[in-house]
Amino acid sequence: MSEARAVKAKGSPPKAKVSLVDLFLVFLKIGAISFGGGVVAYLRNTLVREKKWFEDDEFLEMTSISNTLPGLNATNIAILAGDRLCGTLGATLALLAICLPAFFFMTAAGMVYSDAHARPYATAALRGVAAAAVGLLASTWFQIGKKSLKGFYDALFVLAAVLGINYFKLSVPIVLLVVGGLAIFTYRPNVKPEPPAREEDEWIRSLH
Amino acid sequence: MDQIPALIRVFSYLSLLTIGGGMAAFPEMKVLVVGVHHWLTEDQLIHVYSTGQMSPGPNMMMVAEVGQIVAGPFGALACALAFFIPTGILTFGVGRLWQRLHGWPWRNSIQKGLGTVAIGLAIGGLITFGKSAITGWLPVVLALLTFVALNRTKVNPIWFILGSGVVGVFALR
Repeated sequence: MSEARAVKAKGSPPKAKVSLVDLFLVFLKIGAISFGGGVVAYLRNTLVREKKWFEDDEFLEMTSISNTLPGLNATNIAILAGDRLCGTLGATLALLAICLPAFFFMTAAGMVYSDAHARPYATAALRGVAAAAVGLLASTWFQIGKKSLKGFYDALFVLAAVLGINYFKLSVPIVLLVVGGLAIFTYRPNVKPEPPAREEDEWIRSLH
Repeated sequence: MDQIPALIRVFSYLSLLTIGGGMAAFPEMKVLVVGVHHWLTEDQLIHVYSTGQMSPGPNMMMVAEVGQIVAGPFGALACALAFFIPTGILTFGVGRLWQRLHGWPWRNSIQKGLGTVAIGLAIGGLITFGKSAITGWLPVVLALLTFVALNRTKVNPIWFILGSGVVGVFALR
């Protein structure tokens, strides 16, 4: 599988002709309608199923790169996809387009929130929203955890990170450096051979 | 306006911590935004973060709302650029390099290692967030209801978010 993918990635960088206008509009639409959090699922639906600009395994590969890097999955995938479709300008436009609607939404929300008249209602509504957000985020990470945490070490590193943040009050970079470093070392090549692609496969597929 | 350089510094730093998603950066965001710079109170930060969950597109665009509240539209723009541009450039560069690293055995180790820690960071962020967000029995009920329903059905979460907002207007004022 990885052979075929490597050959394909080398052999076909400029894919089917996608115009910059098309690219911009498609990402703008995803940025405007992807309510409810799972932007990655919206991206997969549009880019793979609807537009057929990518094969499923190429989308999967972009998702796993996005997961490993800082930055949000949604914007990281937009950048990688934009680059593969239309080069540097494509990456820039895809990022801009997927961000624009949220930018206006959140800036407007800031204006309303700063408005003293609207405030008692906004505050009350947001108490409810915050509670639901806890439920939403917990269910997202519960599902990711259920799919990708398998062995003893997985649980150990997750626990170490949680304790580092919440009990020892360490800063995120320190936890990332120490626990992340130990985790990478533990999963070093040739010690625990396993096919990570398949687990991610399941995870992405479970999104929709 | 004089806060803009500090906003840019803080949010470009925070963006580098968002491994696996925005929640990883929440504890650090709370320390910097509430504790160090006093831009928002703890409650306000929870409100703004929650508003992000109602937005389409990247939920972490809530950083623009922080900027708007602290320094107006230019603050919003500064925060958005600071948060999305540095990691964007990094992703762009690594994205091109990654394909060349295809056979590199450490690639999978890094993916697996950081992916696991990212789950821990997200849970840690969520605990920090939940401690401030859940006050009283009704928020507990709303959170549990949302959690259970989303694990059992494929309903779009936005309905639970909006519904809980409506409940809040009547019951949490």
